[in-house]
Amino acid sequence: MAAHVMTETTGERPAMDAAAAIAAGTDAPALLNVIGLQTFFYTRHGTVKAVDAVTFSVWPAETLAIVGESGCGKSVTALSLMRLVPDPPGRIVGGKVTLAGTDLLALDEDTMRSVRGKDISMIFQEPMTSLNPVMTIGRQIAETLLLHEGLSRSAAQQKAVEMLRLVRIPEPEQRAKEYPHQLSGGMRQRAMIAMAAACNPKVLIADEPTTALDVTIQAQILEIILELQRKLGTAVILITHDLGVVAETAQRVIVMYAGRKVEEAPVDELFARPLHPYTHGLMASIPRLGLMRGEIERTDGRLQEIPGIVPALSNLPEGCAFAPRCVFAEERCRKAFPPYEEKRPGHWAACWRSRELYGAADA
Amino acid sequence: MRECGRVSTVVAGTPVLEVKNLKKHFAVQKGILRRTTGHVFAVDGVSFAIDAGETLGLVGESGCGKSTVGRTVLRLIEPTDGSIMVNGEDITHLSKAELRPYRREMQIIFQDPFSSLDPRMSAGDIVGEPLRVHGIARGKDRTARVAALFERVGLRKAQMGNYPHQFSGGQRQRIGIARALALEPKLIIGDEPVSSLDVSIQAQVLNLMMDLQRELGLAYLFISHNLAVVEHISHHIAVMYLGRIVEYTDKKTLFTAPLHPYTESLLSAVPVPDPAIKRKKRILQGDVPSPVNPPAGCHFHTRCPYAVERCKVEVPALREVRPGQLVACHLR
Repeated sequence: MAAHVMTETTGERPAMDAAAAIAAGTDAPALLNVIGLQTFFYTRHGTVKAVDAVTFSVWPAETLAIVGESGCGKSVTALSLMRLVPDPPGRIVGGKVTLAGTDLLALDEDTMRSVRGKDISMIFQEPMTSLNPVMTIGRQIAETLLLHEGLSRSAAQQKAVEMLRLVRIPEPEQRAKEYPHQLSGGMRQRAMIAMAAACNPKVLIADEPTTALDVTIQAQILEIILELQRKLGTAVILITHDLGVVAETAQRVIVMYAGRKVEEAPVDELFARPLHPYTHGLMASIPRLGLMRGEIERTDGRLQEIPGIVPALSNLPEGCAFAPRCVFAEERCRKAFPPYEEKRPGHWAACWRSRELYGAADA
Repeated sequence: MRECGRVSTVVAGTPVLEVKNLKKHFAVQKGILRRTTGHVFAVDGVSFAIDAGETLGLVGESGCGKSTVGRTVLRLIEPTDGSIMVNGEDITHLSKAELRPYRREMQIIFQDPFSSLDPRMSAGDIVGEPLRVHGIARGKDRTARVAALFERVGLRKAQMGNYPHQFSGGQRQRIGIARALALEPKLIIGDEPVSSLDVSIQAQVLNLMMDLQRELGLAYLFISHNLAVVEHISHHIAVMYLGRIVEYTDKKTLFTAPLHPYTESLLSAVPVPDPAIKRKKRILQGDVPSPVNPPAGCHFHTRCPYAVERCKVEVPALREVRPGQLVACHLR
């Protein structure tokens, strides 16, 4: 390891045929289609509409980021795709999820089990709680391969070591024999990625994969996920609250608020001209490392605030859920949920006033 | 080692907080006899100073000792060595009773507003508790002061009777700030005060802290792993790695012309929220070594791309390499 202390990357996101195709308006078939997904939780305090009418598609080999604050429904969306929503109290009550033509929501549990971990797999935020503490790393990865690929025990073990090498774990033969608690946080997340990618899934969902990690380790992990994607052609759904991570890794972005999708656009477009007041607010409220980017220090130094707090999902306001916090809200915003419209090519938003506010109609 | 902090500031007078060669070593005990088998060098010779109205950002990755510095300064943890001066007076060896008046001068805001507030006390009582403990105000006077504090931090007076669970994360952090302000301190230590908050709420709390600083002339020791937040709020920044400060300078210099290889890598690793910027990224390999058995010489040499033989044996001193910029590196 000492011989190779630091790697250089170009800092460019992998050139994405898929994203280019979408921008160009071709109709290459999507790999994953989510249509009108609704996942509700039935609690003592009423029905919590965690995910409501969420629709999106993912193309092969692209990275789609889902961003939003806590409670916006991004993680429940991911769990719904995996059919891992805890039931009770949660249930997928509506919508369709098709992966390469198969309707995942229609499958019985046995068939779903053969899809989960093979065609679609997931990396969680905290690897320590998602790995089995009493099983070696190597065996945990091999188990997936035994189950899905029908490999022999020794072949699976060998492939497990190979996967560990692929995610750049030093001394993979040795590490395969160790237990999760013997590894550092970054190493555990690598092992998690190795496990999720072992069966070469079509879709890899990463739910806040680097949130629990330090920045230098975060950079390593994101690099590994993107490298795997380049090598294996996996589509990645990256769930995060960090707009920096989004800007550096994703091709397309979905912004969620209070269980609904409020905006969707290619990443450059979204950062250059957000069309929803919530997205605007988010972008203005984060410190943006201006000095590092050669900007002159501002004297006022105040961040823009989004007033108020995220509404309780069990008691959503009528109309646009963001209206109570939106400085531009008017009567119709409080009355009816705005239609989800393509305001510019490939750029969708749900806001009554985006056109007059941000001039969406021009160029 | 040169002490840092007094170098680039022009303000005359004694700093609100001055820390010299602060050390905290925790004993690692094993077995039923609790024999000491080693030491965690959590803080290993840290010096800095903060003036009134100034924010020192203390950044570093987990396990670098930044939180231990914050707690040791307040003597919530007893230092192993070194000295802590508050308004020019040495508080390092004061007894609990002697320490009391100084406690009024410095307060702390914790990261997690969910575990740092007593769930069985009303918000008003939480904020008023320091006034009661220090015997400053009672009865109606106390209620009035608490009400004023509530308004000052953007909470409603009517919420004084509510309990912590009835508040959102951002509001709870405001309660924590109100309590910290109750004794009119000169120094507030923020230990990752916005790390558990959503971005839109984070902005509210950061703005509040900056407004309070301007109005009350507070000094902040702002501990965080989030470089973007630290860049926003700090005047000076100290970068820590495994218990030691490796670079100290003003904010602008740190972000535009860092000198320590670790600072460089840290800045390179932060994701920048702007897709139009294509940076050459330098990704640091390997993990942060354990502070139980830190590498000899410069702690960073195991991950440093420029390390030479000397780095492995000799501890680099923190010295002024450029005016106002202190760096602990043999190669600079």
